[in-house]
Amino acid sequence: MIDLNLIIERFPAFLGGTDGAPIMSTSDGLQLTLELLGLSLAFGLLLAVPMALMLVSRNKWVARPVWLYTYVFRGTPLLVQLFIIYYGLSQFDWVRDSWAWEYLREAYVCAILAFTLNTAAYTTEILAGQIRNTHYGEIEAAKAMGMGKWLMMRRIVIPSALRRALPAYSNEVVMMMQSTSIAGLVTLADLTGVARRVFSDTYMPFEPFLTVAGIYLVMTFALVWLFKKAEQRWLAYLAPRKH
Amino acid sequence: MFLQGYLPSIMEGTILTLQVAVSALLVSVVLGLIGAMFKMSPSKPLAWLAEVYSTVVRGVPDLVWMLLLFFGVQMLINELFAQMGWEAPEINSFFAGVMTIGFIFGAYMTETFRGAIMAVPKGQMEAGLAYGMSPLRVFLRITFPQMVRFALPSFSNNWLVLVKSTALVSVIGLNDVMYRADTAKSITQEPFTVYAVVGCIFLAITSVSDLALKRLEKRYSTGVRETEL
Repeated sequence: MIDLNLIIERFPAFLGGTDGAPIMSTSDGLQLTLELLGLSLAFGLLLAVPMALMLVSRNKWVARPVWLYTYVFRGTPLLVQLFIIYYGLSQFDWVRDSWAWEYLREAYVCAILAFTLNTAAYTTEILAGQIRNTHYGEIEAAKAMGMGKWLMMRRIVIPSALRRALPAYSNEVVMMMQSTSIAGLVTLADLTGVARRVFSDTYMPFEPFLTVAGIYLVMTFALVWLFKKAEQRWLAYLAPRKH
Repeated sequence: MFLQGYLPSIMEGTILTLQVAVSALLVSVVLGLIGAMFKMSPSKPLAWLAEVYSTVVRGVPDLVWMLLLFFGVQMLINELFAQMGWEAPEINSFFAGVMTIGFIFGAYMTETFRGAIMAVPKGQMEAGLAYGMSPLRVFLRITFPQMVRFALPSFSNNWLVLVKSTALVSVIGLNDVMYRADTAKSITQEPFTVYAVVGCIFLAITSVSDLALKRLEKRYSTGVRETEL
């Protein structure tokens, strides 16, 4: 009852590059999903490191705004954040008149912006938690070596916190990968978007949706495996002793 | 007038969203308890079944599950009824939304409950059995009350993620808060205001839940000494 020919015939479309007339981005299907994921994770991590440092600051005027940011972005659905950026910004004339409108009107840019801000909020909390957990001995040692605050942050606290954040961050990456599936709801032809198009063309639900479910499952396993390897490499010093 | 009088409609949608979320939570708790018991059962096939359920469901996006189950099950029903020569009924989208979200989060709850049950010392259950209680009674009187404390942190997290996932149910045609917002957006031409209101509604739901669950955690941890640093 499952039409294998349809899956085989449309498989290139799922992987990307044949269907869906991409705008701004040059890809669709799996390629677009990976592009959205990679770019938003990269930008998100770049934002999260300074924000995590601000969040652990003793100065409340520095810490409070970041606290509010992560509170709002973690407390609302990503879909609402995406719609506010994609549909919402057009309400303001000053946005439409600015140079940025050329980019902000594109679903591709809006999706990356929304995903970046969302993952940055979660990653900030993960990193801040690990910075707070830094062993006091490491800080004492750094101070005893005569390191200044920023040198200590750069050489001791941040590298160590990034390593210890790996297990929690791997969850965040898997969640984010799955979250990119909502990009299709703002007209993009990502993996799920392509599946929905195939479904509306053929009215056959199982073939397209089972195919993309399989692809997402493989991606989840691949990410989990990659992070396991990364932990073995960078967290080896925290692994339980084997002998 | 604020949002041209669309606020009551959005609030009605919010109530539906909450109804879906709470009903789906109940379904997920039942599935999670069954899943956890299967996973820890001595029967290999049952344990394997639960393992596949929790792994496969958590490896695929919620949206894909919703589309697959909603349209897939509808088509199966259509074909089945067509073979019998009857007219196929349309699946109720409220029921479909609740079952789909419940099915997805049942997988997360399986992991939550499995970890929590394993955290209860085995001797407790053994003592219950030694008193002649039936396994069900042991679960209800001994295991369950003690596992709640261990399950609550991860349960709270699952509930917060579930509420946010409920925002997706409008894709299967439910008249929820996102659906109402979409209508309001087109009529009022104030998309930012509409979605900002929706965002505040979700923030209010997650904030209240968070506070309530924190209090519950405190209550279930009475008599347990906290680690002091």
